[in-house]
Amino acid sequence: MADMNNPPVDATAEEVDVARLPHIRPRHYGRITAVVAILVIGLFLIRAFAVGRIDWTTTWQYLVWPSIVWGLINTIWMSVACMVMGIVIGVSCAVARGSPNPVLRFTAIGYAWFFRGTPVILQLLIWFNLALVFPTLGVPGLWSVNTVDVITPAVATLLGLGLNEGAYTSEIMRAGMLSVDRGQYEASKSIGMSYTQSLRRIILPQAMRVVVPPLGNEFIALIKTTSLASIIGFSDVLRNAQDIYYDNAKVIELLMVAAFWYLIVVSVLSVGQAVVERRFGRGFSSSDKQ
Amino acid sequence: MTGHLVSAVKVGKRYGTLQALTDVSIDVSAGEVVCIIGPSGSGKTTFLRCINQLETIDAGAIWLDGELTGYRRVGNALRPLSEVEIARQRRITGMVFQRFNLFPHMTALQNVTEGPVQVLKKRPDRAREDAMALLERVGLAHKADVYPAQLSGGQQQRIAIARSLAMRPKLMLFDEPTSALDPELVGEVLNVMRDLAGSGMTMIVVTHELAFARDVSNRIIFMDEGRVVESGPPEALMTNPREQRTRDFLRAVLAPAPTSGAPAGEAAR
Ligand SMILES: Nc1ncnc2c1ncn2[C@@H]1O[C@H](COP(=O)(O)OP(=O)(O)OP(=O)(O)O)[C@@H](O)[C@H]1O
Ligand SMILES: [Mg+2]
Repeated sequence: MADMNNPPVDATAEEVDVARLPHIRPRHYGRITAVVAILVIGLFLIRAFAVGRIDWTTTWQYLVWPSIVWGLINTIWMSVACMVMGIVIGVSCAVARGSPNPVLRFTAIGYAWFFRGTPVILQLLIWFNLALVFPTLGVPGLWSVNTVDVITPAVATLLGLGLNEGAYTSEIMRAGMLSVDRGQYEASKSIGMSYTQSLRRIILPQAMRVVVPPLGNEFIALIKTTSLASIIGFSDVLRNAQDIYYDNAKVIELLMVAAFWYLIVVSVLSVGQAVVERRFGRGFSSSDKQ
Repeated sequence: MTGHLVSAVKVGKRYGTLQALTDVSIDVSAGEVVCIIGPSGSGKTTFLRCINQLETIDAGAIWLDGELTGYRRVGNALRPLSEVEIARQRRITGMVFQRFNLFPHMTALQNVTEGPVQVLKKRPDRAREDAMALLERVGLAHKADVYPAQLSGGQQQRIAIARSLAMRPKLMLFDEPTSALDPELVGEVLNVMRDLAGSGMTMIVVTHELAFARDVSNRIIFMDEGRVVESGPPEALMTNPREQRTRDFLRAVLAPAPTSGAPAGEAAR
């Protein structure tokens, strides 16, 4: 790194000479190979689908078909509702797990044990068939309703997926809270904060930073899992696409429609996740500008 | 009740089988500055945490500003106070930690206003004014909108002091506030503490900075193995200690200067 105009006093003539040579940028042969390979494979796939037996105009035509749009809306609101339910339950369980009260602690452990221990599809079927166990719901003698009237496919899906999501989210939240330094609890206590205040203002905001990427994962998985609920009659986008192709036999065309919408929803979500991550990452990188 | 701001009587604290504190009795009057010194593991931190109720004590009692802490007397027994009441009692004291423990997701200013706004329910604009005055006092008004990760250790510790002062405590507890700092940053924190002592704040300071203890404190307490070994005015205790253990400790801390400029705190550990 010797400066030409100001070489170190004890540099030999050769050192000065070498120091003057231009620096060549390193070549990344691996990257170049990878780019070429990906381009070739990509072109091949595009050609295959273009000349393959897919009627793209049908796909295009069904993209905003009423029942597809309706199914898409169902998929989106159900995923959002289940995720909200999952987060609320998850935070409560994570807090209960850290509570000195053994009853709360074991309830939270038992809940996670049950809902993580059985397949989601089985839970959906149980909720949907609840009427077999309890024909009516309510307070005996005061008020009651027929279970089949209350537990519609949408309600059964919300309960099934939401409760299942809560069990997974609780573990993610617990990991997030454990990642916050103990000194933070003590500092918040030392300025007179109560336990709930320090959770809300100090601990959870810091846990969020750690928790957002896995929660994003959960959300994406959940969007796709809603399609499982079609077996109990919930009309999500995939189910409605299937209904159409049972009718007109344009199988791949309609599957492409569904794939398109899933990709769009997940992409939008990823952008949202990046925004949320930046929000909770404030103060954690030393290059942050105020 | 006793006329002292802090009155600890025969305090005992156990961690499992380890007796961390035994029969610790210390009185501190309002306006007094008391330094606690002693070897590592002697229970200095534990004692401060007991005063601030970050730990519950197993024996004895501590009064803060005339009020029994952590318990209420019911007949001939002591019944633990609720979490809310303990949080209220904690507001009498402010605590400064060895590792600062600033809230990393908040700016310096937000760190200082957090307690007044959330706990004291001050109006945010008033809290901000007061916080700016405190930041001015610790010499960091120009860093108000900076996050802790962008501050030096010394600056973080000064913000932490401002954060505690914002709650208007009657007593400040310092647990080795400079021992996580690079030597050249120790002075700025000690200066803030010196000013604070000069302004009449009651302080209990655990420190290895013997020069600071001698200059600023009214009294030095030497602890070893969970007990108060001796206490007295700084000059007397440091030049002419009564106990052999105190003498050994002071010799170990003061005598060897392995590298020039190493602070006393380094040698103690
Ligand atoms: N949470 C804890 N659980 C178990 N033992 C503990 C705990 N905190 C402290 N101790 C023990 O209690 C004793 C006193 O510790 P304390 O931290 O009060 O010492 P100290 O005088 O502050 O030492 P140092 O100068 O190293 O900070 C030590 O033996 C320590 O190992
Ligand atoms: Mg200590």
